[in-house]
Amino acid sequence: MSAQPTQNTAPNLVNIEVDGKPIQVPKGSMIIEATDRAGIPIPRFCYHRKLPIAASCRQCLVEVEMGGRPMPKPQPACATPVAEGMKVLTRSDKALHAQRNVMEFLLINHPLDCPICDQGGECELQDMALGYGRSVSRFTERKRTVTDENIGPLVATEMTRCIHCTRCVRFISEIAGTYEFGSMDRGDRHVIGTYIGKNVESELSGNIIDVCPVGALTDKPFQFKARAWELVAKPSIGYHDALGSNLWLHTRRGEVLRTVPRDNEAVNECWLSDRDRYSHQGMVAADRIGAPEVKRNGQWQATTWEDALQAAGEALKKVPGSELGILLHPATSNEEGDLLMRLARGLGSAHVDHRLRQLDFADHAVAQPFALPVTEVDQIRAALLVGSDLRHEMPLLNHRLHQAAKKGAKVYAVNPAHFDFNYKLAGEAVVAPQALVDALLALARAAVAAGAAAPAALAEAVAAAQYDQGDSDAIAALKQAASEQGKAVVILGEAAVTHPQASWLRAVARFVADATGAGYDELPVGANAVGLARLGVVPGNGGLDAQAMLAQPRKSYLLYGVEPPHDFADGGAALRALHGADQVVAFSAYASAALREVADVILPIALLPEIDATLVNVDGLAQGVAAGAKAPGQARPGWKVLRALGGALQLVGFEFDDLAGLRDGIAERAAMPRSGLAVRTAVNGLTRLATWPIYRSDAVLRRATALNAHPLNRAPAVRLNAAEAGRHGLAAGDQVRAADALLPLVIDAAVPDGTAWIEAAQDLTVTLPPYGAAITLGKA
Amino acid sequence: MKATGHYEQVRNVDPLVELNEHTRHHIDEWVAKFPPDRKRSALIQALFGAQEQNHGFLTDELITAVAKYLDLPAIWAYEVASFYSMLETKPVGRNNVAICTNISCWLNGAEGLVHHCEKKLGIKLGESTPDGRVYLKKEEECIAACVYAPAMTVNGHYHEHLTIEKLDEILDGLSMDGPDHAHDAEGKH
Repeated sequence: MSAQPTQNTAPNLVNIEVDGKPIQVPKGSMIIEATDRAGIPIPRFCYHRKLPIAASCRQCLVEVEMGGRPMPKPQPACATPVAEGMKVLTRSDKALHAQRNVMEFLLINHPLDCPICDQGGECELQDMALGYGRSVSRFTERKRTVTDENIGPLVATEMTRCIHCTRCVRFISEIAGTYEFGSMDRGDRHVIGTYIGKNVESELSGNIIDVCPVGALTDKPFQFKARAWELVAKPSIGYHDALGSNLWLHTRRGEVLRTVPRDNEAVNECWLSDRDRYSHQGMVAADRIGAPEVKRNGQWQATTWEDALQAAGEALKKVPGSELGILLHPATSNEEGDLLMRLARGLGSAHVDHRLRQLDFADHAVAQPFALPVTEVDQIRAALLVGSDLRHEMPLLNHRLHQAAKKGAKVYAVNPAHFDFNYKLAGEAVVAPQALVDALLALARAAVAAGAAAPAALAEAVAAAQYDQGDSDAIAALKQAASEQGKAVVILGEAAVTHPQASWLRAVARFVADATGAGYDELPVGANAVGLARLGVVPGNGGLDAQAMLAQPRKSYLLYGVEPPHDFADGGAALRALHGADQVVAFSAYASAALREVADVILPIALLPEIDATLVNVDGLAQGVAAGAKAPGQARPGWKVLRALGGALQLVGFEFDDLAGLRDGIAERAAMPRSGLAVRTAVNGLTRLATWPIYRSDAVLRRATALNAHPLNRAPAVRLNAAEAGRHGLAAGDQVRAADALLPLVIDAAVPDGTAWIEAAQDLTVTLPPYGAAITLGKA
Repeated sequence: MKATGHYEQVRNVDPLVELNEHTRHHIDEWVAKFPPDRKRSALIQALFGAQEQNHGFLTDELITAVAKYLDLPAIWAYEVASFYSMLETKPVGRNNVAICTNISCWLNGAEGLVHHCEKKLGIKLGESTPDGRVYLKKEEECIAACVYAPAMTVNGHYHEHLTIEKLDEILDGLSMDGPDHAHDAEGKH
């Protein structure tokens, strides 16, 4: 047969030959991308696939032949684009010679302190030196030393080890977007640093440890704790936001010593937020509880599981089901959530809820998966953020939006404060919490003016709204992005979902999304809020929601993974209701003073890294994880405790023997939101803006010491703008009395008029009126 | 290089306060020479202007103010300021005396001139006189005036075919207040 030679190269591919092996690679890619894809190793330090190319280390030199003629000098593989017919030799004498010589240069000033270096054993420089270097150094002169900088509680520096690859500089600038690192001075005095000596304040700073190819930047809380080869890596996921970042727990004998990212392009790429990276510290705390405890005659006693379960069972059966309220943390796993529902049904209670921080239940809203998936957020051309401090709420989603903004996407925001973004907003409306709905209605009005028809329920309010050119521009940008250039998204953030008029914000934001053709993404509050909503872990027929359960106190409560009062939207109301209850059974990893005060039985349960569990992320992706760490003492996975309790109470649904049996019995009963709008009551005077600080949003984080020492974790304070403070006769530094709390006043230009920004989840701010409520301030 | 530790001082710097009108005008002129999204290109000249305003050296506040004025990350300005030897980031004397010691000038006796200056002023290269009048620039590289060797720049102005006598005259003529601000100190032959 005489076969025709087939031209099977796609038009966007080119043919190159690497070490005699023909490969096809996309046009415009660099040699190193091609060889990485083909699995051909080339040594490198400064090249990182997610960072801009620097070509500064010269370690990736290879021999290149074009058109039958060798290039006169070795070429850096990271910065040499492929071309048709190119021949690359990565292991020729010339290439190896070049690589070996570069390596010798890099090692001239690199200290030989590998035995005391945390990077030892997992060091790219060690590996490369072994693979591509000389076995003996010809350098006999003194090595250079570099003064260290303290860049904060998360990252340890040893800048003498730095080889100036500038990966950290490029990460902090291009990915974190905070521009805090630079190359200072030059020649033999060249150092990487902040120049002015500051803490690195990025919420993604821990990633510089991973990108650093040497031991110059290492994990500070992990410093000198263990060697890489002593650690066992267990796959797990982050549980402090609903992105569900994939990560590895590095454990030694069951104890998590550090956390590093696990690559997943669809979720967290190769990054990890500091919150997920350093939260493991919170798993070990003074009030972590390792044995069941029962309060008898006002005294806490550690006891056996048998006794504690009996006490818990008795307490739960003492009152009719209608008097029992079940409150669970929105990061509770599917398995535990489903068992809690079985328990509730068995005990005849319809009062089950996980939406602890939600204030407005008019539309029965539950978390829904994103309409525009996470992977597409970095391709959008326009976005509208409604009530979102996205950097703090979901750092790696904000990272994707940042990448889109760098490519020219226009990001608009309607917010109750000038939250700090690491990109420039195309437009921003900042109003007091009570005016947030009106500000959003203005956008809806602009959308109507542009031809959309508002739904009947909103029509009147929309028609009454005033809009300006800025609103029209935002609508036009969203529309254009959605129709012509690709994608647009409306993101409803935590400051909207937890708003007292969230139903309005949700309805209007949905309308704006529909009217412009943008995707609608609502941030779930809690790592498994989407999963719990799917399983229907919400009030049943006639059941009370999380707020109603506190407003109409029950005689007994079951708390699951909840830390009162910080996990509640209204901490004061939560404490009052729990104090007034006859029995409180708490499933908890921690026995805080507040919990001990209100609870009667505390059953120690394991935290997410310590259990087999399934969480559902923002995209509706169910991610199952296996236990990676060991729970302390007699603490047990929650599902086992629930099974024992349900079994002891002889309830239906607890007959399974193992996790597989439990999972077989889980059926989805998606919670159904309805259309409904809250009654909008005007708030006069000052309203409180309450946001959950990035490193205090759950019980584990509140115990993570390094994170709590980070500058992003601000000290509790009342924040007013200068004009508002003047109207109240207050000045910076004054002690301010708000309700029964005494807080310092901070003048903050980010706060709009009529607003007192007081962050939640601090011991001092617990009893203050909740988000959106009127607050009076007085000089102490 | 050790971090300066001035984070608290610079974080709220107001460029309109820190940079005087003359400097801002100087920066505006340079910004206008580049495309609007390439303000970074004006950094060197902007820093140079700020250095002149401050009689010969930059403070962290000034560097930060320049970055803020240009709407650039401050770290970019720190990088540039610490990289170029014509930008001084530590306090130095008001008259910048830079004797070329590169090959041509060296062969023509630059070393002797340096020694003379050091003896005359009682300071070493890289130091300033206690009264802050003169700064003897540390190790000046070739100033591209080899045909006129030995040469030096004083406040950016070239002085050529130097002799001890000529040097004395120039040094004695330096004013206590530094160069006259009326004319630009960019390099001129």
